[in-house]
Amino acid sequence: MISEAIDNEQIDALLSDVLEVHGYDFLEYSHASIKRRITRLYTLDNFVSFAEFRYAVKSDKQYFKRFLEEITVNVTEMFRDPGFYRSLRHDVLPVLGTYPFIRIWVAGCSTGEEAYSLAILLKELNLLQKSLIYATDINPSVLEKAKKGMFPLNYLKGYSENYLASDGTKDFSSYYTANYSLAKFDESLSSKMIFSTHNLVSDHSFNEFQLILCRNVLIYFDKELQHKVFQLFDNSLEKLGYLALGSKESLDFWPKAKEYKRVKLEKIWRKL
Amino acid sequence: MAQTIAEEKCSALVIGGSAGSLDVLLEIFPDLKSNLSFPIILVTHRKSGNDSLLTDLLKSRTHLIVNEAEEKQPILRGNVYITPGDYHLLIEEDITISLDYSEKVNYSRPSIDVTFQSAAEVFKDELVCILLSGSNADGVEGLKIVEKWGGRVIIQNPDTAIMPYMPQQALNEIKTALVLNSFEMAAFINKLNN
Repeated sequence: MISEAIDNEQIDALLSDVLEVHGYDFLEYSHASIKRRITRLYTLDNFVSFAEFRYAVKSDKQYFKRFLEEITVNVTEMFRDPGFYRSLRHDVLPVLGTYPFIRIWVAGCSTGEEAYSLAILLKELNLLQKSLIYATDINPSVLEKAKKGMFPLNYLKGYSENYLASDGTKDFSSYYTANYSLAKFDESLSSKMIFSTHNLVSDHSFNEFQLILCRNVLIYFDKELQHKVFQLFDNSLEKLGYLALGSKESLDFWPKAKEYKRVKLEKIWRKL
Repeated sequence: MAQTIAEEKCSALVIGGSAGSLDVLLEIFPDLKSNLSFPIILVTHRKSGNDSLLTDLLKSRTHLIVNEAEEKQPILRGNVYITPGDYHLLIEEDITISLDYSEKVNYSRPSIDVTFQSAAEVFKDELVCILLSGSNADGVEGLKIVEKWGGRVIIQNPDTAIMPYMPQQALNEIKTALVLNSFEMAAFINKLNN
């Protein structure tokens, strides 16, 4: 992970190429993180010079696919932060259950672990059949993985512990079948999911939701971009809808935050 | 040696530790001046979910302001920032905190290497880093970068560390490091005041 330092001008030049040639705007990503991701990839792929690296990103479509996959963080878990899922189970979803139809947006869903966790909760509350989960990400290749609903079997022990800690009541292994090194999750869960690319930086609102989950995505954005994305969520959220963020993210410094009310101690806010 | 080191400017102190480092922290913090002219950033390996424990322990033992680090939080003098479990802590050019939930480094998140490196690139020769007791080699690569940028490296004396492996690995690699016993550290840190 340690390598020759790449300077800020080089990072800016690379990101300008990416915007100009490929249409992806990373210029408002928080600088330390994006710089670390770029440095990491540059080292990992053994380029002889930064110019070579920049050229590959600019002109090699196949390599750009890899760049996009590696530059965005795709680390995720099922039932991460069990307290958060407990609050969804007991405080949020029962309220949404009174609606005839539930629309949920998982923004920045990566390989889908959160969408499947959510579907399990909905199923246990008998709400899955009237729900639709829109799972979006900037990165088409992670969505391909998410659609399959197959996760490495060696992670399942941890996920099962998280599930139990989040007040899960069933046998967690009843939701998947083990197939060699992978756990394939039940298709009844993914039948209520719609996967699509969506770029939070440049794409607009595409529906109205009662719940938006966007966890550990905004930490990679600078303050101005965070505020733009909050506005996008605000435009996409029904009155009395819920917005859920990651455990270290907050709505507090956004000027319109006073139009939202925090749900207990979790990072969940309700639009008033 | 310690005298000349302490005369250079210090803009930030980063302390990294793993197994066996809690005792050292609890020994250092009660003796620190409350008007330190630089911030302290703490990176320790621990299980996620136990975040408030270390924060509470330190709060009750120091007059410095102890924060559980939040993303985009400004890094201010006289404040202590504790890296939350399960996130890496990076430092932005505008001296604010970025949290990062990317892959583990050295099987660790937070990783000491990640924060040492990030701090080195921002604070350069005005950075002081301390590596404490621990049983893996996290921190060593980061200290090399700190050294390269002209920052100062302090390593806990492996002979008196509960887990000598981590400081010993660092000592093998960082030739300019200053070696201190835990009971010498508070006085050293107080002398870094500008």
